[in-house]
Amino acid sequence: MTPPLLRVSDLSIRFGAVEAVRHVSFDIAPGETLALVGESGSGKSVTALSVLKLLPRNATIAGSIRYGGDDLLAVPEARLRAVRGNDIGMIFQEPMSSLNPVHTIGRQVGEVLAVHQGLRRTAARRRTLELLHAVGIHDPESRLADYPHQLSGGQRQRVMIAMALANGPKLLIADEPTTALDVTVQAQILALLKRLQQENGLAMLFITHDLSIVRRIADRVCVMTGGEIVETGPVETIFAAPWHDYTRHLLAAAPRGEPLVPAPDAAPVVEARDLKVWFPVRRGLLRRTVGHIRAVDGVDLTIRKGETLGVVGESGSGKSTLGYAIMRLIGSSGRIVVMGQDVQAGSWRGLRPLRRHMQIVFQDSFGSLSPRLSVGQIVEEGLWVHMPRLTAAERAGRVEAAMQEVGLDPAAAGRYPHEFSGGQRQRIAIARALVLEPDFLVLDEPTSALDVSIQAQVVDLLRDIQARRGLSYLFISHDLRVVRAIAHRLIVMRHGTVVEAGPTAAIFADPREDYTRQLIAAAFDLDAGPQGADGPPLPSGPQTE
Amino acid sequence: MTALLEAPSVRPPRLSPLNRRRLDNFRANRRGWWSLWIFLVLFVLTLGAEFIANDRPILVFYKGEVLAPAFVNYPEARFGGFLATTNYRQPFIAEEIAANGWAVWPPVRFSHGTVDGYAAFSGPNPPSWLMSHQTFCQRYPLGVEDPDCHWGNFHWLGTDDRGRDVLARLIHGFRISILFGLMLTVLSSVIGVVAGAVQGYFGGWTDLIFQRVIEIWTSVPALYLLLIISSVIAPSFWVLLGILLLFSWVTLVGIVRAEFLRARNFEYVTAARALGVPNHIIMWRHLLPNAMVATLTFMPFILSGSVATLTSLDFLGFGLPPGSPSLGELLAQGKNNLHAPWLGLTGFFTVAIMMTLLVFIGEAVRDAFDPRKTFA
Repeated sequence: MTPPLLRVSDLSIRFGAVEAVRHVSFDIAPGETLALVGESGSGKSVTALSVLKLLPRNATIAGSIRYGGDDLLAVPEARLRAVRGNDIGMIFQEPMSSLNPVHTIGRQVGEVLAVHQGLRRTAARRRTLELLHAVGIHDPESRLADYPHQLSGGQRQRVMIAMALANGPKLLIADEPTTALDVTVQAQILALLKRLQQENGLAMLFITHDLSIVRRIADRVCVMTGGEIVETGPVETIFAAPWHDYTRHLLAAAPRGEPLVPAPDAAPVVEARDLKVWFPVRRGLLRRTVGHIRAVDGVDLTIRKGETLGVVGESGSGKSTLGYAIMRLIGSSGRIVVMGQDVQAGSWRGLRPLRRHMQIVFQDSFGSLSPRLSVGQIVEEGLWVHMPRLTAAERAGRVEAAMQEVGLDPAAAGRYPHEFSGGQRQRIAIARALVLEPDFLVLDEPTSALDVSIQAQVVDLLRDIQARRGLSYLFISHDLRVVRAIAHRLIVMRHGTVVEAGPTAAIFADPREDYTRQLIAAAFDLDAGPQGADGPPLPSGPQTE
Repeated sequence: MTALLEAPSVRPPRLSPLNRRRLDNFRANRRGWWSLWIFLVLFVLTLGAEFIANDRPILVFYKGEVLAPAFVNYPEARFGGFLATTNYRQPFIAEEIAANGWAVWPPVRFSHGTVDGYAAFSGPNPPSWLMSHQTFCQRYPLGVEDPDCHWGNFHWLGTDDRGRDVLARLIHGFRISILFGLMLTVLSSVIGVVAGAVQGYFGGWTDLIFQRVIEIWTSVPALYLLLIISSVIAPSFWVLLGILLLFSWVTLVGIVRAEFLRARNFEYVTAARALGVPNHIIMWRHLLPNAMVATLTFMPFILSGSVATLTSLDFLGFGLPPGSPSLGELLAQGKNNLHAPWLGLTGFFTVAIMMTLLVFIGEAVRDAFDPRKTFA
C-alpha cells in the first residue's frame, strides 16, 4: 500500500476553554478523496483549516499533521508557506469573499503564479489563460480583465479552483465549495472537481454537510460530530450499512412526509394578478431610466385557506422578491389581494390592521432577530402594535402560548437570541409571527440556513401548525426536497417569470419544462444532472501540470 | 460621565454579557479608570463650589435663629444694617454675628467675584503662603493683630489683577466649563442623533437634501458669526450655548446616519416593518442601540472639544459675560500679566489636566467599545 500523502494523528484544537476538535486522526492517500461530513459546529472546517495552520491565533493545537516528511504543526513558517499553495491548495465556501474585489481575476491568478513560481508577465498570462480554460471559463481572454463581482457565483468558484490548482498541488482542501451555489451550478462544480482530480491525480479533502454530495464525489468518508470522528469508512459502506447512531440519524434526517390534504374548494386567502416588481436602471448625468431589472415579471398566484404554495427557483429568480412584494415590503405593480383587501392601495399606516393577518419568516434567523432584545420582547413586539389594550399578564400569556406552540420552553423568554441554536432561533421567528394569530405566512427560505436534521424538524413543525390552525403558506425555497415535503402546489420561477405551475406531485412526477427537469435532476440525482444542466459541455482543457 | 458609561445597561435589569465585557475592558484600562474617578471627584467637589469658596458663611446662628446665607439672600437689616444685601466679610457684620451667635465659613472665604479689599498689594497678588505674615496682613486695619488676618482669607493661588481670589475663580470656572461642556455635548448629541437617524432611516430624498443643507451649514464660519453676535448683544451663558449648539450638532450626524443606513436593511428591521411596527419605534428599539456605540465613543471627545471651545472664546474675550469665572479669562489675565506667573501657570495646569483626564477617559471608552477587543 502506498504511504499516505497526509496523515493527521490525534489532532486536538481548543479555543480558550472550548474544545473544537478532539483526538481526530485520518489519512489521505494520493489521488484519494476523503470527505469530512458533519453538521455545523462539528469541527470539520476547523480541522481543515488546521492542516495549513490557518486558524486564528487564539487556537491551541495538539497532535501531528504529517505531510511528506514534515510535521506541518512543527515546521517553521517559511517551510509552511512553501507548502501552502504549492503542495496543498485550498478552496473556500464563499468565493465572493475569498476573492479580492478590487483586483481583476487575471491579476489575482497571476499573483499566485508570480509568488510561487516567479513567472513573469507574459508567461504568467499564458498560464493563467490555460488555467481558466481548464476550469471551464468560456472565452478566458475576455474574462481576464473582469472583477469578481462581474462573474456569477459558479464562475467565481471556478476562478478559486484555478488559483488553487495554479501550482499543481498534490492535495486540494475544499471547504464546502458548493454550499453557496445553486443546485445546477453545484453539480457543474462537482463534475469539474472530479474531472480535474482524475486528470491530475489530486488527493482531495472535501468538507461538506451535504450527504448527497459525499455520495457523488468521495472515496472514503469521516463522519464528525461534536469535534470527534465517530465513523470512518468507504463511501458505499457508510451509506449502505452505517453503524454509528449519529450517521444513521444524519442519513435519515432529510425532510420527508407529504403535505396535508387541504379542503378542495376553500376560499382564497391571497390572490395576485400580473404582479410586477421592476427595478429601474438609471444611467448618465440626469439619471435617466434606461431600462428595468425585472425581478418579478407578471406573476399570477392564488393561495387558498390551509394550503401551501411552494415557490422554487435558483438565486436571482425573483422568488424572495415575490414574497416581499406580497407583504408590501417593496413596491410592486399589478394586483395583490390578501383576505379581500388590496395590499398596494392606501397608506403604509392604513395597511397596519391587515399586517396582523399576514406575517413573514426570514431565512437568516440570526439576522431577523434583534440581538439586543430578549426572546420574550421579540415575540411580544407585534402584540404592542396590534393589541395595545392587552394587560401585561395577557401579553405574557400569549407569548408563552406561542413559544409552547413552536416547541420552545417559555422559561427561556428572558434569554437573548445568541444563546439559542439556529433551529431554535427559527422557532423564535415563527413564534413571533404566530403570536398575532395570522392567517397567512410567507416563509422565505426558512430552512436553508439550518442543518439537515433541524430542517426536518422545522418542516414538521410548520406542517403541524398548518394542521392546527388552517394557515396558508407561501413557502419560498431553492431546496426541492423541502418543498416536496410541505407544498401542495408549486410554481417554478426563473428570471422573474413563472416557468411552470401546478400541483406538487404532478410536477415532480412529470415536469413539462426543461428547466424544471434540470432542477429536479440536480436536486435528487446529482449524477444525472450536471452535463445536461451545464448548457455547453465543459471544454476539455489542457492538462494543468 | 457615569451616565455615559451606564447608558447601555438601562433596559435589561442586569448588564448584558456584552456590556459586562465592555465595562471590564474599561476597568482594565487603569489610566482611563483612574482618570474617570479623579475627574468625578473634581466635578462633584466643584459642583458644591458654594461650600468651598464663598464670601458668605454656610450657616449662621444669629439671635437664636439658624440662617443659611449661602442659599438665602438676607437683607442687611437683619443684622442691623440698611443695605439690600449683606456683605458678611465686613467687620461690622462679622462682629455683630460673633457677638450674637456664630458662623460657619467655607474653607476659602472668597467667591469668584469677591474683591479682597485687604489684599497686600494692588494688582495681582502672589499666593499668600509665599509672603511673610507681616506682608500678608499689612493692609488689614489692625495689621498682624487683626482677627481677620488668618488662613481663611489666604489667597492660596494668589489674586488676579482686580484682587479676586484665583482659587475661588478656578473652582467656579471649572464648574461652569464642565457644565457648559456637558450641556453642549448632551444637547448636540441628542439633536445630532435625531438628525442622523432620520436621514439614515428614511434615506432617499430626505437624506440627499439634509446632507446638502448640512454641507452648507458647516461651511458657515462659526467664529465670525459669534463675533458679530457678541458685538450686538453681550452673550450670556444660554445665548452662548445656543450659538455653539447651532454648529456643534453636526458632529454626530455622519456617524449616526451611516449606522442607520447600514442597519435599516437588517432583517430584523424588515421583520419589524412586516409586523407593522411604526417607524419611530423601529428607530428607537431596533436601530438606536446600534448607533449608541458610536455615539458613546465620541461623547468624551465632544465634551473635551466643547470645553476647549468655551475656554478659547473666553480667552479671546467673546465668551461668557465679563465678571464670570472662566478658565479662558484666567489664561488671558496670565497673558497680560507675565510678571504674575501664578495666573498663567494655574490656568495652564487646570486646562491641561482637565483635557488630559477627558481624553484619557475618552480613549478608555473608545477601547472598551472596540469590537476587536470586545470579542477577543
